[in-house]
Amino acid sequence: MKIQQLSMFLENKPGHLSEPCRLLAEAGINILTLSVADTQQFGILRLIVRDWEKAKQVLESAGGVVNVTEVVATEVEDRPGGLIKILDIIENAGLNIEYMYAFTFRCDDKAVIVFRFDNPDQAIAALQAQNINVVNGVELYDRSH
Amino acid sequence: MGEYWHDGGCSFHPASGPDYLPLEQLRQLQLHRFQAVVKRSYDHVSLFRERMQKRGMSPEDFRSLDDAKDLPFTVKSDLRDTYPFGLFASPMSDIVRLHASSGTTGKPIVVAYTQEDLRVWSNVMVRSFAACGLDRSDVIQNAYGYGLFTGGLGAHYGAEALGATAIPISGGNTDRQIMLMKDFRATAICCTPSYFLRILERAPELGVDIRALPIKAGVFGAEPWTEEMRKRIEPEAHIKAYDIYGLSEIIGPGVANECQVQEGLHIFEDHFYPEIIDPETLLPVPDGTEGELVLTTLSKQAMPMIRYRTRDITSLETECCPCGRTIRRMRRISRRSDDMFIIRGINVYPSQIETALLAVEGTSPHYQIVLTNDGTMDDVEVHVEVTPEVFGDTIRTMETLQKRLAASIERIINIRVKLRLVEPNSIQRSEGKAKRVLDMRKS
Repeated sequence: MKIQQLSMFLENKPGHLSEPCRLLAEAGINILTLSVADTQQFGILRLIVRDWEKAKQVLESAGGVVNVTEVVATEVEDRPGGLIKILDIIENAGLNIEYMYAFTFRCDDKAVIVFRFDNPDQAIAALQAQNINVVNGVELYDRSH
Repeated sequence: MGEYWHDGGCSFHPASGPDYLPLEQLRQLQLHRFQAVVKRSYDHVSLFRERMQKRGMSPEDFRSLDDAKDLPFTVKSDLRDTYPFGLFASPMSDIVRLHASSGTTGKPIVVAYTQEDLRVWSNVMVRSFAACGLDRSDVIQNAYGYGLFTGGLGAHYGAEALGATAIPISGGNTDRQIMLMKDFRATAICCTPSYFLRILERAPELGVDIRALPIKAGVFGAEPWTEEMRKRIEPEAHIKAYDIYGLSEIIGPGVANECQVQEGLHIFEDHFYPEIIDPETLLPVPDGTEGELVLTTLSKQAMPMIRYRTRDITSLETECCPCGRTIRRMRRISRRSDDMFIIRGINVYPSQIETALLAVEGTSPHYQIVLTNDGTMDDVEVHVEVTPEVFGDTIRTMETLQKRLAASIERIINIRVKLRLVEPNSIQRSEGKAKRVLDMRKS
């Protein structure tokens, strides 16, 4: 149920973001979604791809520092209030969101949002207890394309 | 080296005999040699004679080792001022080797050797290797640069005199170093510690596990390195990492070396007489106190050095070493007085920053200190490469790491620094001495 997300350290300099993206493109790896968190001096590139093991190897061979993190994706109703419903459940369960971002596709009329929790298993249990659909975003992507 | 056909394989190397001289005999020998070298310098080196005459001293006044403190010093600029051959005490026809150091500012430092001097040099190098536990069965990969630099040929002659198999690979071409280390089954390597880090970094990329190779010892020198650096290298490479000390002005490598106890470097003081002085007052300091190392060559003919100020900061160990050697140990040089840089009026050494960084687990040993000043205030920015061990996938983790590293440094040097995390391999690797400080300040 959990998704393996790659994260990579980048210096905040021209060309440093395009380099890993180019490497993945050359290796035939499609980026399903990504987010870049930035500070003044460095950024963290977060990627979700299908073959994360291959992607990690490609980036590391080029000298990158890459982590693998388990993240959780849920369906979110694509209407005003859809996200708040999820966030309230998370807050009431006492869970902390480190960061979040969205997949670019919709499934039926649901958006798919990625969350990083400190304790993903605990988060999945809390969400499912409130009938929130925790999904494997990668499989969903494949199904909708 | 006094080796006979049956000496090979004995764990005590015969050449190390003088390391264990009873103190009474050692001091007698030192005084006898010191008097001879003072006379030799007085007779043949005009700069020394002038300085002695200015003090109203003659060689006969030197009657005990305590009198050493009254003799004039020699400093690095003396060698520059007398470039190229002004400090030689032998005629050129007796000189069989010249070496020179790079001299980053202005003229190089030139040093010279007679046949006898080369024998002394081999001898102290054999004793250095023997102190590390090496013998004729070893295969020694010598990655110190061959040429005018004393490191390469110094270690080379020592390895051959030891009876080991010498690989004169010199520096550079890291891929080939690793290939030959494996194929030639090297058991020891001689190089700078920063170059060995480069080898350790590159080997896995070539599919080589250094730990699985026969190599068991590194003889690292030519630049200062910390105890913390040793604690990284030894487990990572599964070798013992020994510190070797020397300087071209005195002889080259082989002035002092760690023994297998690895608590200080034994100075081969039957050939190099050590003193520790206060660099401000120029007076000898009490035993065990830190100060500037001053060395006098007791045996060299071509270019004797009387009370040479090394600019290296250390102290002499007062306790006897468990290895049994009576020749005194000096504490490892973790800084040179000319590595020092001044920030906002405070003296800082790169090794202090190195210690602070390596105290945080998982930190990369690849760092650089960048000094700038925009107008008035000095600014320090320490660049540290990110490693897989410390990389966390949240900004918070990385900012916490930045703060931890900066705090670790501030605690030691009492100056606020900016800490910049940089990508792996973005700091230039050295094949020789690492350039730790980039001073971009405008005066």
